[in-house]
Amino acid sequence: MAHFTKATSVHDWLNQRLAIDTLQRVLSKEYWIPKNINFLWAMGMVLAFTFGILLVSGIFLLMYYQPNVDTAFDSVNYTIMREVDFGWLWRHVHAVAASVVFLIIYIHMLTGIYYGSYKKGREMIWISGMLLFVAFSAEAFSGYMLPWGQMSYWAGMVITNLFSLGSLEFNGLVEWIRGDYVPGQAFLDRFFMLHVLLIPLAILGVIGLHFGALRIPHVNNQDGEEFDFDEEAAKYKAGNKKESKVIAFANDFLSKDMFVVSIYLIFFFYLVFWHFGFAMDPINFDPADGLKTPPHIYPEWYFLWSYEILRPFPKDPGLVAFGFAQVIFFLLPWFDRSPNAVPASRRGLFFFWFWAMVVDLIILTAMGKLPPVGVYSLIGEVAAYGFIALWVILPFITRNEKRV
Amino acid sequence: MGKVFGAVAGVGAVGALYAMKKSWDPLPSVKAAGFTTIDLSAAEPNKLMVEKWRGKPIFVLKKTPEMVAKQSAEQTARDIVVNGDSFLICIGLCTHLGCIPAYREAKLDFKCACHGGEFDSSGIETKAPPPSPMEIPPFNVKGNTVVLGEEGEAYRKMKEAGVLA
Repeated sequence: MAHFTKATSVHDWLNQRLAIDTLQRVLSKEYWIPKNINFLWAMGMVLAFTFGILLVSGIFLLMYYQPNVDTAFDSVNYTIMREVDFGWLWRHVHAVAASVVFLIIYIHMLTGIYYGSYKKGREMIWISGMLLFVAFSAEAFSGYMLPWGQMSYWAGMVITNLFSLGSLEFNGLVEWIRGDYVPGQAFLDRFFMLHVLLIPLAILGVIGLHFGALRIPHVNNQDGEEFDFDEEAAKYKAGNKKESKVIAFANDFLSKDMFVVSIYLIFFFYLVFWHFGFAMDPINFDPADGLKTPPHIYPEWYFLWSYEILRPFPKDPGLVAFGFAQVIFFLLPWFDRSPNAVPASRRGLFFFWFWAMVVDLIILTAMGKLPPVGVYSLIGEVAAYGFIALWVILPFITRNEKRV
Repeated sequence: MGKVFGAVAGVGAVGALYAMKKSWDPLPSVKAAGFTTIDLSAAEPNKLMVEKWRGKPIFVLKKTPEMVAKQSAEQTARDIVVNGDSFLICIGLCTHLGCIPAYREAKLDFKCACHGGEFDSSGIETKAPPPSPMEIPPFNVKGNTVVLGEEGEAYRKMKEAGVLA
């Protein structure tokens, strides 16, 4: 056993047992952040904060929610909304955070793509980030089932049917996932378990991996400048803070992070109190009915783009295209053949590729919301082909990129 | 030592995975509730009747003599004949992603509003995206009623003729 001396303070007592000074040094005081990064780099902290909000509001909802097909709808729409003091607050906070978290994830992802932050040495940051995206998607979908309204039921029906894998007709797999021939009690219970335990646990684990993946390659910067973090850190520690290109995470950079988080929270609570409706679907205020389909089934806004890639094609090609859209972003570090980790504005053709991708995703999102008829169906189909085409040409336009 | 550990861990892992797989299977009570009897004497020609079997909607459509007369051989092969009347009895879920299509009496067809799929009055798909006709559940004709979940003779004949595939 290590040698312990009589503690001189509470701090010293803890330090001898938990090495809190070392922890603080490694995790915050000597965790180096480049100076030259803009507010877009604060999105990680915004996401961490939003995840915390989801966790806390979720715990309060959990205390009154009932995972039973007969009572789930009323436990949400009557008990929590009307009977529980401030129950409406937790629900609106949870629903708004669940929607806004995707907005921030998309900003975070597109920032990474724009500045080339997935390139050589930073692949694991990108991959763990994409794993988080998938985990958050599963978390959002399983949570959407729980109020057991019409859209919950039919979204559950449609999404689990995807697992029959088209003409392969794996109906046994679909019934196994549901635990019934249709979404029912078994389905609700297991999605409840996934939503409150298994997927959050996975998310916490992958967040750990995502943060860990940053340690060795460090955060990219706005100019894509490569510098020696040890050298710059030494300058900083020697008191040469002005010449050093890095600052400490705490409390230096953290103050900037928290400033952005504060602005974000004002926007967030503005939505919670005045515009919570955008995170709620009117159809989900009808209780689930297995014998009546809503006229138009669509997912929440953040899944619309991938839904639209599924929709305009026949069943099997649609599934293949949908699968493609789900996994292709993982491969971005290898599809982009250029060695430059600089902003897209300095990379020639890639700049146009980036904005074409953004526009295409917006078009897909808009068309995914509209009913699949006439010209909307056609625009959606063109945009879906456009998405695939953009990925196909990416290696070719980046291969000959000049080194900057 | 490593091999012994590996073998023990392997047996344990297989056992645990098997138990996990089985606990997610539908419960016996869910499987047992899989039979439904439908009385067809109340059916009116060209009016869609919707029943429920295994939680799924079942379409029952009694065809008028004119409808039967106009049918192709492929459509007639899917008819279920009870007391001389021809019926369409199928699972009322679009084979694309499982939405419920609506019956249009005037046009004698089914339209799925969700993704635009269409089926004729025999449940055969006429417009993509649905890849196959609406499914006919196992049935057994008994007098004026039909029992779903039981494989009767007429059902077996349909199966042999490849109508259900």
